[in-house]
Amino acid sequence: MTDITLTINGHAHAIRVEDRRTLADAIREDCGQTGTHLGCEHGICGACTVIVDGEPLRACLMFAVQADGKSIRTVEGLADGDELHPMQRAFMEHHGLQCGFCTPGFLMLAVGVLEKDPDISDDDLLDVLSSNLCRCTGYQNIIKAVRAAAKEMRGK
Amino acid sequence: MTAAGKFVGRSVPRLEDRPLLTGHGRFAADISFPGQLHMRVVRSAVAHGKIRAIDAAPAQRFPGVHAVWTFADIMHIPPIGFRLTGLKQLEPYRQRILARDVVRYVGEPIAAVFADDPYRAEDAADLVEVEIEHRRATLLATEEPGFYDDERSTEPAIVQKGYGDLDAAFRAAHAVVSLELSIGRHSGVPLECRGAIARYDAERDVLEMHGAAKVPHWNRDQLAQMLGRTRESVQLYEGHVGGGFGIRGELYPEDVLVCAAALKFRKPVKWIEDRREHLIAANHSRQQAHKISAAIDVEGRILGIEDEFVHDNGAYMRTHAATVPDLAAAMLPGPYRVPAYRARGHIRLTNKTPCGTYRAPGRFETSFVRERLLDAIAAKVGVDRVEIRRRNLIAKSAMPYTLGLDTLGTHIVYDSGDYAGLLDKALAAANWATLQDQLKARRALGEKAGAGIALFVEKSGLGPFDTVRIEVDRDGGIEVVTGVASLGQGVETAMAQICADALGVDYARVRVTHGQTDRIDRGMGAFASRATVMCGEATRLAAVKLRATALAAAAELMQARAADLDIVDGEIIRAGGGPSMPLAALARALPGGLSAEDTFESSHMVYPYGVHIAVVRVDADTGAVAIERYLIAYDVGRAVNPMLVEGQIAGGLAQGIGGTLLEEFRYDENGEPLSVTLADYLMPTAREVPAAEIIVTEDAPSPLNPLGLKGAGEGGANPVGAAIASAIDDAIGTPGAVTELPITPQRLKALLK
Repeated sequence: MTDITLTINGHAHAIRVEDRRTLADAIREDCGQTGTHLGCEHGICGACTVIVDGEPLRACLMFAVQADGKSIRTVEGLADGDELHPMQRAFMEHHGLQCGFCTPGFLMLAVGVLEKDPDISDDDLLDVLSSNLCRCTGYQNIIKAVRAAAKEMRGK
Repeated sequence: MTAAGKFVGRSVPRLEDRPLLTGHGRFAADISFPGQLHMRVVRSAVAHGKIRAIDAAPAQRFPGVHAVWTFADIMHIPPIGFRLTGLKQLEPYRQRILARDVVRYVGEPIAAVFADDPYRAEDAADLVEVEIEHRRATLLATEEPGFYDDERSTEPAIVQKGYGDLDAAFRAAHAVVSLELSIGRHSGVPLECRGAIARYDAERDVLEMHGAAKVPHWNRDQLAQMLGRTRESVQLYEGHVGGGFGIRGELYPEDVLVCAAALKFRKPVKWIEDRREHLIAANHSRQQAHKISAAIDVEGRILGIEDEFVHDNGAYMRTHAATVPDLAAAMLPGPYRVPAYRARGHIRLTNKTPCGTYRAPGRFETSFVRERLLDAIAAKVGVDRVEIRRRNLIAKSAMPYTLGLDTLGTHIVYDSGDYAGLLDKALAAANWATLQDQLKARRALGEKAGAGIALFVEKSGLGPFDTVRIEVDRDGGIEVVTGVASLGQGVETAMAQICADALGVDYARVRVTHGQTDRIDRGMGAFASRATVMCGEATRLAAVKLRATALAAAAELMQARAADLDIVDGEIIRAGGGPSMPLAALARALPGGLSAEDTFESSHMVYPYGVHIAVVRVDADTGAVAIERYLIAYDVGRAVNPMLVEGQIAGGLAQGIGGTLLEEFRYDENGEPLSVTLADYLMPTAREVPAAEIIVTEDAPSPLNPLGLKGAGEGGANPVGAAIASAIDDAIGTPGAVTELPITPQRLKALLK
C-alpha cells in the first residue's frame, strides 16, 4: 500500500492505495468522483478520459500511484458553479448525448485537446474524437458540439 | 390538444442532460451501500464439457472472501423464465444461474465469489479450480441438429408462419429467384457494462435491486417468483442507464445471483461486469442463415415468397425465447405485396453465448434478406432496382393492410403508410437520377463507386398497456410517474412535452419518474420502440383527466364555470380576464392534493416505415468501404421532438454500419471466443460514421392513437445492411455479390478476386 495525494479539480485527496489500483478506480472509489466512467478498462473506449497535468488521457491505463502529486481534472470540475462550461452547453444545444455514459470522456477529451491546440483543424479534430467510442449518437452531434464549443473557446 | 402544440412537435432541449453533463449521473457502478460485498463470477473457459470437480477451498481461504457459491448453493432457484414469445418446448433449454453439471459456452457462470473488495474478489475467483471434461463444441447452427443432452435435440423448435397458396404461386411463376444469405453475430454493446446491486432491508422485509433497466416490473415479478417472495417485497430501481439496444436490462443470471446473495448474507451485494465478461456473457443476437425463393411473374411482381432459415440462439434460451426468429419471419415481407408466403425458422442451439434481441431484432436480418431478394428480382427481370420496388409496393389505398401474420401476440396490421410517396421523397432528396449518372461516370473512369437503396416497415408501440399517474406538487412542479424505462432515448423529455401541452404547463416544470417499481404498481418498460407511443398516449390521457379535475375544482374556488377557465403556463385563468390562480395554489387548497391516473391499452402495434439510400466507394486494394453519403427518410406519424427522433435515427445508423461492415463475434474451432475486447469487436468511430441526411416525415399518422405517434427507435438501424450491400454490388458491378454480413475487408477482397 502506498500513501499518495491526488489533486482532483483543485482539491487534494490523501489516500492509501495498492500499487495496482488504477487511477480511474482511485478517482471513483477512493475520492468519490463517479463522473469518470469505465467502459472497457482496456484503453479503447475512452469513457474514463481525464486531464492529467494538461494532457487528456485514459484513467484506466494509469495507476493511481503514477498520478501522485499531479493535477487531475475530471468532468465534475468543468462547470463553474451553475454555469456550464461552453463544451457542456454545446453538447446540450447540439443533442450530443443520449445515454450520457460516454459523455464525460468526450467532454474531457475535447476540452483537453482544445486547450492545448485551440486552432486544431477540423480533420485533426475528427481524428482526436475518433479515439473515443459512443454507441448512441452516431457522433455527428458530438462533432457539431465540439466545433461550436471550439469557436466559443477561441473567442474567449 | 391542438394539432400544433406548444411543446409537442418542437425540438426543445432535453431535461435529462444536466446531471449527465456535470458528472452527476447515477449509473449502476455509482451506487454503493455501506458494508457491501462484491461479487465476481467464475466463468467457464470451455465451450462444452462436463464439470468433474470444483475446488473452491483456496478461494474461500483468500483474505476478504466471504463465500464462494456453486450450483449446490442455488439449486433451489429455478431457471430464468421467458418474457416474450415463450414456447413450451423451449423451456428445458433455459439457463440456470450457475451451471449444474454441464457447461455450454465460454463465459457461462460456474461459481460466484463474494468478497469485501472487487480486486480481492477477482483474485479469489482466479483460485477457484474447475475440472471440466471437454466435449465436442457445436459452432455451426447450419449443421444437422444433434443432441443437446440425452433426451433433447439442438433444434428445440421451428417457427412457422405463412398464408396463401404458396405451391400455386410457384406453379404459376414465370421465374423463380433463389438466394442464400447470412448475417453475423452482433450485439448492442452499450458503453456501460451491466451491473446490479442488491440489498435486503430486514426491517421492511424488502429486497431491493438497483441498476435495473428496460423492464423493471417484469424483472421484479420474475425475481419474486424465483426467490419465493411476494412481489410487494421485491423492489427494483432504475438509475441512469448507459445504453440499452435490447441487451441491457433483461434478467440475467448475475442479477438473480446478487439478489439471492443479499438475502442469504443479509449484506448488500454489488456486481459490476467488466468488458470481457460483457462480450462473452451478455446476450448476442442476429446470427441467421437464410434460403429464400421468390416466385415472380414476367414483370417481376412477387407471386409468393418461401424462406427457410436457421437461427443460432447460442447455448440456452434466455428471456426472449423465440422472439427474434418470430419477428424475423413475421416482418420479412416488409412493404411489398406478397400474395403467398411461408417462412420456417429453425431455432438451433450451439456452444456460443446465448442470444436475445438487438435493435431492430429480426428486421435488421430480414430486411437484408428481403432487399437482397428485390435486387435479385430486378437483375433477373432486367429492370431498375427502384422500378422493381415500385411494382411491388403496397399501395397507400390498401391501408390499413392486414398482413395475415402474427407476432408478439398481435396480428400484424400496417396501420397507415404511403410507401411509394416516401420513396419519391427520398429519391428526390438524393437526386437519384443525377446520382446514377455521376456514379456511372466515375465507374467509367475506373472508380468503384455505387449507390444502394432499401425499403422497410418497422413495428413499434407494443401494448398491451401503460399507466401514468400525474401529480401537481405543492410548489407547482408536475410529477409524471410511469412504468416505462429510460435507456438514454430521451423519454423524460418526450413525456414532459406531451404532459405540458395537454395540461397547460411549461415542459421544464415536468419531472418524469420511470423504472421505480415502488412508485407505480405495474409497467411494461422500454422495448420494441414502445415508450413514446404507449406511455405517450397514457400521459396525454392522464394529463387531460388532471386538467378536467383541476378546472372543476378551480371553478368552485374561483366562482366561475369550468368551461370559462383555462390553464396556461401553470396558471388557471378566466377566459374573460380577471383574477387567476396558480395550479400550485389549487393543489395546496385541495385536501387530497391534485392528481390523476389513466391507462392506455392497445392490442395492435403501429408501423413506421422508411427508405435508406447509401453511396459507397470501395477500395479494391484494401477491401475497405467508405460511405460517402447516406440518406434516411422515415415516417414516424408524428414526431414529439424532431431532434430526439433524428438522434435516434443517427444512432441507429451508426449501429447499422457497425453490423454491416465491422462488428462480428467470432469463435475459433473449439468455441473459444475471439472477440473479447473492444479492439476485437470493432464498433464504428467518428471516422466511420458519415453525416447522414435525415428526413423525418409525418405523412401517415397512426390512426391507433390520437397524437398519431409511431416509434422512432429502430428505423435508423433496420435496413442498413441491405442498403450498403446494394451499394457495394453497384460499386463493384456485380449484382448479388454480397451475400453475407458483415462485409469485412477480407470478404470484400475475396469477392473482388
